[in-house]
Amino acid sequence: MPITLSVPGAAIPSMVRRDLLRVAGATGLLMGLTGSAPTYAQTPAAGAPGLASIGGSPIDLVIEKVAFAVDGRIGSAVAMNRTVPGPVIRLREGEDAVLRVTNRLEETSSIHWHGLILPPGMDGVPGVSFAGIRPGETFVYRFPVRQSGTYWCHSHSGGQELLGLYAPLIIDPAGPEPFRYTRDHVVMLSDWSFEPPEQLLAHMKSLPSYYNYQQRTVSEFFRDARRDGLGAAVSNRLDWGRMLMDPTDISDLTGDTYRFLMNGLAVADNWTGLFRPGEAVRLRFIDAGAMTVFDVRIPDLKMTVVQVHGQNVKPVEVDELRIAPGETYDVIVRPGNRAYTVFAEASDRSGHARGTLAPRPGMSAAVPPRRPRPTRTMADMGMDMSGMAMGGGAMGADAMAGAPPAAAGHGGMAMPAGNAMPMPGAIPGPGLPGGPPVAHGPDTHGVGSSSVAMVERSRLDEPGLGLGGDGWRVLTYADLRSVAPQPDQREPGRAVELHLTGNMERYMWSFDGKKYSEAPDAVRFRYGERIRMVLVNDTMMEHPIHLHGMWMELENGGGPNQPRLHTVLVKPSERLTVAITADEPGRWAMHCHLLLHMEMGMFRVVEVA
Amino acid sequence: MTMPAAGVAVPAAAAPNPGGGAGVVRLPNFAATAGWPSPVNDKQFNSFLLFDLLEFTRAPNFEAARWDIVGWYGGDIERAWVKTEGRYNAARRVGDTDLQLLYGRLISPFVDFQAGIRYEQQLSRTNTRGRSFAVVGVQGLVPYGAELEAAVFVSQNGDVSARATVAQNILLTQRLILLPRFEFNAAIQRAARYEVGAGLNDIEIGVRLRYEIRREFAPYIGVSWLRSFGQTATLRRAEGEDQSIFQVVTGIRMWF
Repeated sequence: MPITLSVPGAAIPSMVRRDLLRVAGATGLLMGLTGSAPTYAQTPAAGAPGLASIGGSPIDLVIEKVAFAVDGRIGSAVAMNRTVPGPVIRLREGEDAVLRVTNRLEETSSIHWHGLILPPGMDGVPGVSFAGIRPGETFVYRFPVRQSGTYWCHSHSGGQELLGLYAPLIIDPAGPEPFRYTRDHVVMLSDWSFEPPEQLLAHMKSLPSYYNYQQRTVSEFFRDARRDGLGAAVSNRLDWGRMLMDPTDISDLTGDTYRFLMNGLAVADNWTGLFRPGEAVRLRFIDAGAMTVFDVRIPDLKMTVVQVHGQNVKPVEVDELRIAPGETYDVIVRPGNRAYTVFAEASDRSGHARGTLAPRPGMSAAVPPRRPRPTRTMADMGMDMSGMAMGGGAMGADAMAGAPPAAAGHGGMAMPAGNAMPMPGAIPGPGLPGGPPVAHGPDTHGVGSSSVAMVERSRLDEPGLGLGGDGWRVLTYADLRSVAPQPDQREPGRAVELHLTGNMERYMWSFDGKKYSEAPDAVRFRYGERIRMVLVNDTMMEHPIHLHGMWMELENGGGPNQPRLHTVLVKPSERLTVAITADEPGRWAMHCHLLLHMEMGMFRVVEVA
Repeated sequence: MTMPAAGVAVPAAAAPNPGGGAGVVRLPNFAATAGWPSPVNDKQFNSFLLFDLLEFTRAPNFEAARWDIVGWYGGDIERAWVKTEGRYNAARRVGDTDLQLLYGRLISPFVDFQAGIRYEQQLSRTNTRGRSFAVVGVQGLVPYGAELEAAVFVSQNGDVSARATVAQNILLTQRLILLPRFEFNAAIQRAARYEVGAGLNDIEIGVRLRYEIRREFAPYIGVSWLRSFGQTATLRRAEGEDQSIFQVVTGIRMWF
């Protein structure tokens, strides 16, 4: 099959064979099975911050294939400095970073610094920022470090990130941080498949439900009929059947193929972060999963969220948080003198990653059972009519499409939906939590889009599918407030609306129904302008949309202290808005950070000029 | 800050411009894109080959094989399709095969339009005969999840006929799947040489139960009932065929 997503399946180089032998020689020993997990992730963890990191200037990074052991089985990974994840890269705010990246693969590679504000030629996206790093070549990334916090980096070339090419990136602040801690652990979550990326993709193209072994069965129908009544169960099936949608379609790639990793270690390897009782421990959660949204909690420990995407936020104490691919969350915990399980469930509940916080090596705590797989709702489907300002009650699609917008200031709905062109006149207002729902426009985005959100609404104050019903507090986007007011307090003067679209049956993913190859022209921002980007998710899956090069301020009701994000997880049928100050001239990538969605066309270039 | 060591390839576009302060519009990388790769590969061609039915029946005086194979190659919108189906009764040495080569285009999110050619060959006790058709049809999912394949055929002699198949997967468990399947053939003109009468020719109702050892490989058992009607039944009886055939089938569904 002519899919060139991945690293060439060449013979394993000799130096990797040595690793294989080393791993094989340690049969049965836990340390042997950790294979190429980085030293900071090995059990027991080193504990103190900065121990196994790489810093200074210049920093040398080497990309190559290595053997990688997960659950006692050895696969072939693409690693940075021979480990998965790569070393913790430490930069310092206010200094110039110089990172020399050498590509020892047989194909072009790249490293993108996720969330960093830097010159566009340094952003590391082949085809947008540069040509990529050719085999044998060393590319020197050099940029001033203008921010601090928890970030990460990863390949932006084909399937390399799926094969392990990612690493934490921590920028130490120039000044003090508005919170205290005495211990610092990176917790990088990721997903690993022994199947090569091109095979994962081929399965998606042939049978999109290939990895979903949690579909609804006849026995579930009878269970629902007993619980909800026969009529309700039948009517629910008919609703989903009429739409040709699957309410169990939560993750494309699931625990059927994935092993979920914490700092490169599988569940049995039990990554352990050490602490002394009484310490305030900072955990830097990073979702480096290619296709996995994780729900993270530490039973019996409150987590105080202090940074989101590297940005200081007003502390929020929660029991659980959802983290999407590309996102980072920093929390402070105060563990007692016992072990705690760090539990990261895949959002479809098909698997989990797990580690332990403990005062001593070798300890573990109870691992909670995974919750049952949730099913998508009418709100996900874009059929939740509550709050629609409509007379009568005739809710047919035609009636809705022709209905006047429910709120003043939403005049943009009259335009052809999903056109990334400036909207004349009044611009759409912010998509605030609790705001009125909006009817989808008449454009259904063509054959590349198998559904539209007939009712688009803000869902920022919802924790997300399968969350919120456990009796504990789950972080929502509506909870986030920046510590410092945002520097640009101008009201956006223009709006750009983009619809997230897909045809799951064909495994096509796009913006406005058009794959990148069908819409290669850039979305244009004028240099210096303040712009509102409206993101409408017409699909029934969550999409983490990542904008390179510039912050997106999430319009979540925080006013001057609205948080800024580099990646925003848009829920099904959600309509949210972000404000952007277009102060970074150049060409920037914007895409879904579910990497197969990106690779299949949910990608755009944003040009600031 | 010293520039890194020699032997380092630094493309022109990589020269950093850290000084770009407020009000200074830098134009760093607008032009030098010639020869750059596409950032994503969303235009790749894929292929799929499905042995939807590959089954056998054995009974006294009756030993038959049947297949229904469909494959495509192409992009997301346009695909080249190949389909073949047929039956062969080894005991009576009669059978028919059918090969279609089609161009397909996605015309709605769940439906392909298909057009192309079909060649049919029939083997009877006395002779082998074949004819060609032009084909126009649709294939895809209809509301409530059934898979529909429907086509109209115009033969080289101008005879018009039609065929439709509807099948629906019912998950008993995640791997044990029941597949009811309904097929009918109809024709406008009588084509006696090919055992086709005017009107409804036949219907087939089948139920197959498969177990997906892997998604790609699923053995199955099932039952199938084929009933001929009207002139077609008469013509087939003349060839020694029963008007109603009930079979227990064993087969494998697999794809690549």
